[in-house]
Amino acid sequence: MPEQRRIIFKHIDSPGYTNDLACYQKNGGYETLKSAVLRKPEELIEEVKKSGLRGRGGAGFSCGLKWSLVDRKSGKPIYLIVNADESEPGTFKDRYILHQDPHQLIEGMMITCFANNVRQAYIYIRGEFPEGARILEKALAEARQANFVGANIVGSQYSCDIFIHRGAGAYICGEETGLIESIEGKRPYPRIKPPYFPAVLGLYQCPTIVNNVETLCHVKHIVSMGGEAYSKIGTPGNTGTRILCVSGHVKRPGYYEFEVGKITLGELLNDICGGPLPGRTFKAVIPGGSSAKVLRFGERFKGKRKVGTEMHDYDWSLEDLPMDFDSLAMVGSMAGSGGVIVMDDSVSMVEALANINAFYSHESCGQCTPCREGSLWMKRITNRMVHGDARPEDGTLLKNVADQIAGRTICAFGEACSWPTQSFVSKFGEEFKTYADRSQATVSAQEIIPLV
Amino acid sequence: MIATSTVDLITVNIDGKDVAVPKGTNVIEAAAKAGVDVPHYCYHPKLTVVGNCRMCLVEMGMPAVDPATKAAVMDPATGKQKINWMPRPVIGCATNASPGLHIRTTTQLVKDCREGVMEFLLVNHPLDCPICDQAGECKLQEQATGYGRGYSRYIEDKNVKPKRTVLGPRVTLDDERCILCSRCIRFSKEVAKDDVLGFIDRGSTSTLTCFPGKKLENNYSLNTVDICPVGALTSTDFRFKMRVWFLKQTNSIDMESSVGANTVVWSREGQIYRITPRQNDEVNDTWMPDSGRILYKQVKANNRLTAASVSHASTSLVDAVNKASALLTEAKGALRIVASGKNTVEEQFLIKHVAQQLLAPVSLVSHVGEGDKILVSKDHTPNVRGALVTGLISELPKPKLTELSSDIDSGKVKLVLSFGEDLAQAGITAAQLAKITVIYCGTHTNTTSEAASVVIPTLTVFEKSGSFINQQFRLQKFSAAVPGPTGVSDDLITLTHLLSSLQGTPHATTQAAGILSQTWKALAASIPSFAPLSFSGIPATGLLIDSTAFAKLPFVETETLHFKPVA
Repeated sequence: MPEQRRIIFKHIDSPGYTNDLACYQKNGGYETLKSAVLRKPEELIEEVKKSGLRGRGGAGFSCGLKWSLVDRKSGKPIYLIVNADESEPGTFKDRYILHQDPHQLIEGMMITCFANNVRQAYIYIRGEFPEGARILEKALAEARQANFVGANIVGSQYSCDIFIHRGAGAYICGEETGLIESIEGKRPYPRIKPPYFPAVLGLYQCPTIVNNVETLCHVKHIVSMGGEAYSKIGTPGNTGTRILCVSGHVKRPGYYEFEVGKITLGELLNDICGGPLPGRTFKAVIPGGSSAKVLRFGERFKGKRKVGTEMHDYDWSLEDLPMDFDSLAMVGSMAGSGGVIVMDDSVSMVEALANINAFYSHESCGQCTPCREGSLWMKRITNRMVHGDARPEDGTLLKNVADQIAGRTICAFGEACSWPTQSFVSKFGEEFKTYADRSQATVSAQEIIPLV
Repeated sequence: MIATSTVDLITVNIDGKDVAVPKGTNVIEAAAKAGVDVPHYCYHPKLTVVGNCRMCLVEMGMPAVDPATKAAVMDPATGKQKINWMPRPVIGCATNASPGLHIRTTTQLVKDCREGVMEFLLVNHPLDCPICDQAGECKLQEQATGYGRGYSRYIEDKNVKPKRTVLGPRVTLDDERCILCSRCIRFSKEVAKDDVLGFIDRGSTSTLTCFPGKKLENNYSLNTVDICPVGALTSTDFRFKMRVWFLKQTNSIDMESSVGANTVVWSREGQIYRITPRQNDEVNDTWMPDSGRILYKQVKANNRLTAASVSHASTSLVDAVNKASALLTEAKGALRIVASGKNTVEEQFLIKHVAQQLLAPVSLVSHVGEGDKILVSKDHTPNVRGALVTGLISELPKPKLTELSSDIDSGKVKLVLSFGEDLAQAGITAAQLAKITVIYCGTHTNTTSEAASVVIPTLTVFEKSGSFINQQFRLQKFSAAVPGPTGVSDDLITLTHLLSSLQGTPHATTQAAGILSQTWKALAASIPSFAPLSFSGIPATGLLIDSTAFAKLPFVETETLHFKPVA
């Protein structure tokens, strides 16, 4: 059984570990920052590039590459924004960082700011985290007081301030350009790319880096241990550790930190999380937050993959899947935000999809036609189905509606709202076809709890 | 936005056809140049690009280049450079032309995209075309026919949103019809500079509304109705009045100021129903002020002068002109002519001849007021420059006729002939008017027409054809949209009649069309900058004429859209 390797969550469960500055410093906090400001910024960027760190927010984009795309010649200020709008259903990793180890984030941020010559940084925290925002504000005040944030930090010539911006409760603010619009005080309509790539035309039309909370915490550890050393953690191309948030029908749900790719889905669910609840069997799992495509237990995945420089055949059961970015993408889903949602045989896939569709139709910003109308339509179909009016052809219609959304919108929400439907119907099509009979035979509309 | 530079032409390929466009032109415009229609809703050439409707999705490809050698990769099948097609469609509005860009609009993917967007737009759109004012000029209707699936798979309930919302004094909103393209929002912010519109709520429940405590009441609010691709925003004045396909369109000019916004007058059976802007990228883009749209109401106004009169007794036009001619001849040496910046170039030219015949000095009255820096200039008459170019006046007019006033008092002036100017507005008192003989040629009653011994009714801009010269010295023409009141001749005929009567030559009855080309022959012969021109030769978007002779005059206009005063 693979052991957890805790880098980010090294301390949070230690008895007596608190989120104040004193405790953080007692455990070696801000030492990395102190040494980092004595180095050349380019060196720090190089360390991050060497580390192979990939973004932990959802897309798994190379962090070093993201930083290298920043327009440093424009003469405009460069901004850093921390995306703490953790809203993907099934994901709860950043929340624990913010609540229990906020200084780790602040240290990671300041190192990142120094490396990229950022003089002003923002933490965009979702509106539903009022406690997290209070904790962050307190931590920030402490860090300012101790000269880790603000003018001439730790006695250097370098100054940078951090501001906390609270969201107002919209999932779309997790999309980086929507987030930028929101900070600017506008409706968080994601921007069209091109031309509005944050690295060039981001916040206030200036070059901007938007990174996830966990990603920036990793930066601290990369600078501390060196990019080379960090790149040896995990597997090639999928370096470091990653926090997996397991929720749903397992005996021990919760957060677990593993080296990326060193644990399989089967090990995670059966060994670490204790397997299914008594008397139940696993049915399906969404491996990377609710927008990732669902995987069905019993599925086999075959194909060729690159190991080192050679191509190897693979033939995996669901349980064999390594929990890394590339393997999950290879089998048609994604590692996403690390939210592993487990469903057992008690779950009706139609009802599960109805729940997901309700979420996405509520959260579509409404800018692009396909997502705006399509997400609501899909919700109305699944709602109608669970309320006793299912038709055998609804599965096909659902899939077809979803197919008209993905890839045709400004931001990735189009995919986020259509991938669940596409995968649920493709993999559990029979259930959608027969739901009509099932619902009429066993459940009346009145018995079903109305969905939002 | 579209780059208008013509120097940097590049070649792009649309559906297999090469077309040269300026670098940076977007795919919608480039395709239009190649004769290919790329349907769209949110894109408007004069507004920023937001790319939200997703109707203009097309396939995009770029010529393949070997990443190592940068050499072109050839396709052995065609012998041409291979094109790398992107797997995902791109929006035409936000994709700018770059050298070698290839676009496909006829593939299955593009067809599916359009069908998908059409279906999504229609699922929550009310099926009320039979009572919707937009029917006949509705982009949703047109593109549903052109690119839609033709049937609906939607069996759920449709969204319910506010109907008949009063957004302002002139605009009514039906939110259920709104497809959330945000054109109106962008227009208000970017062109009218009055940021009052926005969306509230989100997703499919998004609703267009005014910000709390605000109204859509700026003088450009009706442009939102024009650019609304569906029947969401309607003109409170026009809604439910007439089906658009019954209306005749006539090109006209907004005469409320020297901007001279290009317009279309929509009429049926001699009645005007609405006025909308006509695109002229050098003058008004696609916009016009609300104030110019209600000017047609003067046509049927209660105070309209519809019959000639002599000494307050109705008479025929011929009698009135002859009487005027007799009075003018009698008062020779003691008469003044007051013409107007609202007269057309042609009229001003003929008035000049009348003045020369009578050796009478001519004044104009200036109507300077507030400008809005957009499409209403400070000069609230359309054609002061026409009077300069035709030589009717040589100096800019003043708001008050002080010289005339003192000349009346001193008895030097015994008769005033006014072409459309109310002398009372220009500083002539009722007592002064009573002291002299007044001949008034105009469209509506006023203090001057009340005091006039002879009243000759004339036509409004909607009832005659002619031309104005705007603040840019752009000669712009307009055409008669509706016939004038019975018994009222075309103003040029009336003027020629007066002129021949003064000259003692017989007056030949002429048709309006004939008189216009006849006047233009004379205009071309006597005004050098008009030399090669004829009325029909003036382009629909006007023609800049030589203004060097007037460069030193202190014109009142300040900066407006597409106009900067000469420093």
